[in-house]
Amino acid sequence: MGGERTAVLGVGQTHYRSTRGDVSMAGLVREAAMRALADAGLGWSDIDAVVIGKAPDFFEGLMMPELYLADALGCVGKPILRVHTAGSVGGSTALVATSLIQGRIHRRVLTLGFEKQSESNATWALSLPQPFSVSINAGAGGYFSPIMRQYMVRSGAPELVGCMVAFKDRQHALSNPYAHLRQHDLTFDQVVEAPMLWDPIRFSETCPSSDGACAMVLGDEAAGDASPRPVAWVHGTAMRSEANNFPGRDEVNPQASRDCAADVFRQAGISDPRREIDVVEMYVPFSWFEPIWLESLGFAERDRGWRMVEEGATRLDGGDLPVNCSGGVLSSNPIGASGMIRFAEASLQVRGLAGDHQVDGARMALGHAYGGGAQYFAMWVVGADKP
Amino acid sequence: MTDTPLPDEVGEGPPIHLPPSISDVEPVLSVRTPIRLEYDFIPSAAAQQYLRAYASKRILGNRSPVDGAVFVPPRGVDPRNGVVAAEMVDLVDRGHVGSFCVTHLPIPGRKDLPVPYVSAWIHLDGADIGFLGLVAGCAAADVRIGMRVRAVWKPDAELGATAENVLHWEPTGEPDVPVAEAGNRAWALKQAATGGGDGA
Repeated sequence: MGGERTAVLGVGQTHYRSTRGDVSMAGLVREAAMRALADAGLGWSDIDAVVIGKAPDFFEGLMMPELYLADALGCVGKPILRVHTAGSVGGSTALVATSLIQGRIHRRVLTLGFEKQSESNATWALSLPQPFSVSINAGAGGYFSPIMRQYMVRSGAPELVGCMVAFKDRQHALSNPYAHLRQHDLTFDQVVEAPMLWDPIRFSETCPSSDGACAMVLGDEAAGDASPRPVAWVHGTAMRSEANNFPGRDEVNPQASRDCAADVFRQAGISDPRREIDVVEMYVPFSWFEPIWLESLGFAERDRGWRMVEEGATRLDGGDLPVNCSGGVLSSNPIGASGMIRFAEASLQVRGLAGDHQVDGARMALGHAYGGGAQYFAMWVVGADKP
Repeated sequence: MTDTPLPDEVGEGPPIHLPPSISDVEPVLSVRTPIRLEYDFIPSAAAQQYLRAYASKRILGNRSPVDGAVFVPPRGVDPRNGVVAAEMVDLVDRGHVGSFCVTHLPIPGRKDLPVPYVSAWIHLDGADIGFLGLVAGCAAADVRIGMRVRAVWKPDAELGATAENVLHWEPTGEPDVPVAEAGNRAWALKQAATGGGDGA
């Protein structure tokens, strides 16, 4: 990884809720941005530029909202850049912001992802009739279900591994005050007995629809050195994409995902991710994507990722590779922010500021996001030490 | 993690002074404004050929001039290689299920679709990518990856230049395609057999 060393100086999140009716979009993003500035010990005048991302505009039906949000983000007269990469956008947005520091274009950048799902209907926004195709796809769950089924068949995973992931993430969410789903009385049996929506995906194995925003303040090396609070240093950044349908495509373990992971770990000097990474925030909107990505990212051998779930290796409580200590996308899903939350939570872990869901002694963390038909990937590795 | 307090500046903000004429009216907190957007779709040349043939129960695909891969529906290009794919090939109306979803949610605008229904990647014999189709004619619990299926067409009088010409795909009763050869996995095997390049 070349260029200027980049540090995460501050992180700010809103509380994730099904409806944040108390604020407009502008109020929502401003809340996250102000928390990030407060965490960084900085003010609006310290920020050189803003990089913002959200899911496609037709979700809420407001075109190019970044134009009107510039005011709420203290960005009038400064550069603002919008990033579009579907569900991975929160991650890609953070990486574009990072590149502006690495390239020494700016010294301090505010980056932010948001969604106000209460003002939209994502399931049906993702099921628009297509001229060439019959209208039988019921949202993202309908799209991803066949991929999970392929994984289950080829790996021989026991049927309840998905439920184990969902139960674990909902338990993790109880330690995160910002999480949307905080189901204190939830039992594993309730997860298993929940109705099937997109077989093999149960209602309990899907992400919620959330309102929320997540922001980070990134800075150059001098800004990182001067920060009053611990910072996270960026050790590697990578993005890859591929088409969602072509001859020979491996839908379960896409080439773009493998290439992206190989690139980000190479930059970070990591040869054995399972041993060298302490904690992972991974994009898991449907339960079975945890074992799928564990394999694709190199934490487990092919067809063995489900064993890590079964053995409890990904649990905050006692696991050697805790995954989604924040509760993950399965517990909070403001789509355009969901990728950035993964990146921000990875940063909080290596800064030692993750509170009740802190992994003791975390020094290196992976933030991961995917989008589209599991075809866009964004990843970063952050560490407590300078690269 | 502590909930970082918001700086005072956010707080409640400055007081809002309403004109007396509306001061005791209930405040409007949100407004619901449904929107719709309609547009005309003008198919490309390849799409027009495909849809016209489809109206007479023929299924056309495009063959890539680079490695012979057959795409259905045809787009007139091989997007992997950025080249025009002008050659059209006729495909049979049977194939197998690459993978599938059993959906228990009703879809708005599809009241005709009983729940649960099975949506599947249909891989036609001779084609190298799959497309989405409805599987019926058997219990949802009996659908399998690799299951052989054939098209059930609309009555001839109802056919048109639309994707809806095939009502659904039903089991043929033939032996399944082995899971290791089903769906996109067939391409790598085919490439290996013909000494072709990396199919992935």
